[in-house]
Amino acid sequence: MSAANADRSTATVSDAPAGDAPAGASSGDPDAFLGLSKEECVELLREMIIERRFEEKAAEVYQVGKIGGFCHLYIGQEAVSAGSISPLRDDDYVVTAYRDHAQAIARGMTPNAVMAELYGRADGCSKGFGGSMHMFDKTLNFMGGHGIVGSHLPLAVGVGYTIRYRGGDQVCLCFFGDSVVNIGAFHESMNMAARWKLPVIFLLENNRYGMGTDFRRVAAVKELKDRGRAYDGLTSLDVDGMDVLAVRQAVEEAIERGRNEKTPSFIEARCFRYMGHSMADPMHGTYRTREEVEKWRSDDPILSFTRQLMDAGRLTEEEYQAIDREAKEIAEESAAFADRSPFPDSDALYRYVYSDGYPDDMRRRDAWRKELR
Amino acid sequence: MAVLTYREALNDALREEMERDDSIFIIGEEVGEYDGAYKVTKGLLDQFGEWRVRDAPIAELGFAGLGVGAAMAGLRPIVEFMTWNFALLAIDEVVNAAAKMFQMSGGQYNVPIVFRGPGGAALQLAAQHSQSPEPWYSYVPGLKVIAPATAKDAKGLLKSAVRDNDPVVFIESEIMYNLVRDEVPEEEYLTPIGKAEVKREGSDVTVVCHSKMVHQALAAARVLEKEDIDVEVLDLRTVRPLDVGAIVASVKKTNRAVVAEEGWPMCNVGAQVVDDIQREAFDSLDAPVARVNGLDVPMPYAKNLEKLATPNADHVAAAVRHVCYAD
Ligand SMILES: Cc1ncc(C[n+]2csc(CCOP(=O)(O)OP(=O)(O)O)c2C)c(N)n1
Ligand SMILES: [Mg+2]
Repeated sequence: MSAANADRSTATVSDAPAGDAPAGASSGDPDAFLGLSKEECVELLREMIIERRFEEKAAEVYQVGKIGGFCHLYIGQEAVSAGSISPLRDDDYVVTAYRDHAQAIARGMTPNAVMAELYGRADGCSKGFGGSMHMFDKTLNFMGGHGIVGSHLPLAVGVGYTIRYRGGDQVCLCFFGDSVVNIGAFHESMNMAARWKLPVIFLLENNRYGMGTDFRRVAAVKELKDRGRAYDGLTSLDVDGMDVLAVRQAVEEAIERGRNEKTPSFIEARCFRYMGHSMADPMHGTYRTREEVEKWRSDDPILSFTRQLMDAGRLTEEEYQAIDREAKEIAEESAAFADRSPFPDSDALYRYVYSDGYPDDMRRRDAWRKELR
Repeated sequence: MAVLTYREALNDALREEMERDDSIFIIGEEVGEYDGAYKVTKGLLDQFGEWRVRDAPIAELGFAGLGVGAAMAGLRPIVEFMTWNFALLAIDEVVNAAAKMFQMSGGQYNVPIVFRGPGGAALQLAAQHSQSPEPWYSYVPGLKVIAPATAKDAKGLLKSAVRDNDPVVFIESEIMYNLVRDEVPEEEYLTPIGKAEVKREGSDVTVVCHSKMVHQALAAARVLEKEDIDVEVLDLRTVRPLDVGAIVASVKKTNRAVVAEEGWPMCNVGAQVVDDIQREAFDSLDAPVARVNGLDVPMPYAKNLEKLATPNADHVAAAVRHVCYAD
C-alpha cells in the first residue's frame, strides 16, 4: 500500500489477504474481499467514514468549548474498529478503553447519543455521567469506555468467564493500547483467560505511542505480539491495522476460535493515531516527527480501502462522494442534536450512586446547601 | 437456635446462598482444594464444582476485575481476598471499576459483587499483615461496607450482601473466626444492610463501634457497671451507608459518646461518626466525644509494642470514664 509498510513488519496471519499488495491486484476477485458482497464492503467503508467525520466534528466543537475534559480522538485507526466489530454478533460483548467514540458507533450506537455524551447531556449514551472516556450501552453489550490503563482487561476476562459459566458461544472483544502490554493487569488477564479457556479477543491497537512514549522506549520486547507467547492456549498474531479487511479476517478467525474452542486470542493491530494523544496534545508534539505522521497519513485506511474498492469496480467516485456527504451530515446532525439535548436534571446527581437509592441519613449532611434540597 | 462460630456462620451463609441462586460463584486464592485459607469456604468446591468455586492465581487485581466484569455480564461473584492486606493490589478494580460503574454508565450497569476476607490485626503478624481497611473503602460513594461482630450478624449480613445489587466490601476478622460464637437462628433470615444495632442498652454513655471493638466495648460495659456507669453499646455493623439516625438517637438519649475502632485515627470511620454527632446532636452533648483507636503507627511485631498500639477494653473503659468526668 505505501511507504509506511516498510516500517512495519508484515502481518503474520497465515492466510490473510495480501494486505501489502497493491490493492488493484485483486480486482474483481471476491476472495480478496473475504467473500463479502459489494454492499457489505461499502458498508465497512461507510462505517469508517462516519467515524472519521464524527471525530473531526468532535475536534471542531471541542475547540469552541462544547466538549469538556479529556477527549481522545480515533482518527487514523478506523480500520481496527470497523474491521473488528463488524463480524461480531449482537449477543457478543465489547469492552474498551477511553479512545472509545468510534468503537461505540461501530457497535451500533447512534452518533447522536455519542455526541450528546461528549456534550454531557441527558440524551448521551451514559446520560451525561460518563463523557468522552465512558461510553456505555447495555442494549448493545457495549460495556464501556474505561479510563484506567489496563484495568478493563480483567473485566473482559470476567465477561469471558460468564460466557463459559453459562455454556454460551459468544465472545468478548477487548480493545486496548500499546502501553497496556507493560502493566500487570495485562498479564494477569492473559494468564486467566488462557488457563481457563475463556473466549476473549484481546485486540491491541498498537498506534506506536502511549501519550508521548514510543512503545520501543519502554517495552523490553521488539514485537508486542510476542508478549502473548508466554501463555499456552492463547493464539497471538499481528495484523496490518491500516487494512480493514486484514483486521476483519484476523478477528473472524479469533471469533471462530472463541466460539468453537473457547480459546482466547491476542491480536496486535499495527496502526497510527493521526491526531495528538488528546485535544491537549498537538498533532506532532515533541515525541514524533511531522515526517512520521505524514508517512502514516499517506497510508490512510479509508483512502486505501476506497481505492481498493474502486479498482475492483465495487465503488464509484459518485458513490464515495455520496457516502462522504452523508457522513458529514450525520456528524453535523449529531452536534445539533447534542446542542438541543438538555443538561442532566440536577435531581439525577445522587440517582446512580446506589441502585437502591442514596440513603437519606447521609444526604442530610448536604442539607445546608439550599440548591440541593 | 444453634451456637455457631463466626466462621461456621459465614460458611453456612455462602452455602445457602449458592444453593439458592446458581448465578453466584466464588473466586479467590485457596478457596477450593485447600478449603479456604481460613476455611470459610470449606466443602464448597465438592458441592458446587470448579466453575462456582474457582481457585485463582495470586493476581488480586486480575481476579477482582474478573469479578466486576462477570457482575456486569449478569453473574453474582463473591471475590475472596485471603486478607484485606492483599486487596490493596486490587483496590483499583474495587474503587475505579466496581464502585463507579453504575453512575459512570448512567445507571445501566450495576455491579452485584461481594469482596470479602478478614481485616484488622491478628497476633504479631507485623506491619504488612495488621491493618483495618474500613476507612479506605467507606470513603467511596458507590460501595457498601460491612464489618459484623457476631456470628448471627455475619451470616445475616453476608446473605444480604450477596443479594444486594451493588458492590459490597465485607470485612471479617481472623481473630473472630473461631473466638466469636453465638446463637444463630436455624431458620432463614437476612440482616439489613445499613442498620446499626444496640448490642447493650444503657443510659449514661453511647459507645459507637463495629467488628472486634464491639466485644471490647461489651467487656468495658461489664466493668463500668460496677462503677455505676451504664453503657449503651451501638454496633454499626455497616459502616457505609452509615446509620446516622441510630447514632444520633442513642446520643440524644445518653448525652455522651465514645467512638471506638481498631484502625488508625486519621480520617477513619470514627472521625465521620463524630462529625455526624456534632451536626445532629450538638445540643445534646454533655461532654466532647472521645475516640478510641489504634495508635498512629505501622503495627510493630514485638508483643509489648503491639499491645500498646492496639485498642482494648481498658481503653474503652477509660474513655467512657473520661466523657463522664469520672477519671
Ligand atoms: C494506570 C494509568 N496510568 C496513567 C494513565 C494516564 N494515561 C492516559 S492514556 C495514557 C497513554 C495510553 O496509551 P495507549 O495504551 O498506547 O493508548 P492510546 O492512547 O495510544 O490509545 C496514559 C499514560 C492512565 N489513564 N492510567
Ligand atoms: Mg498507543
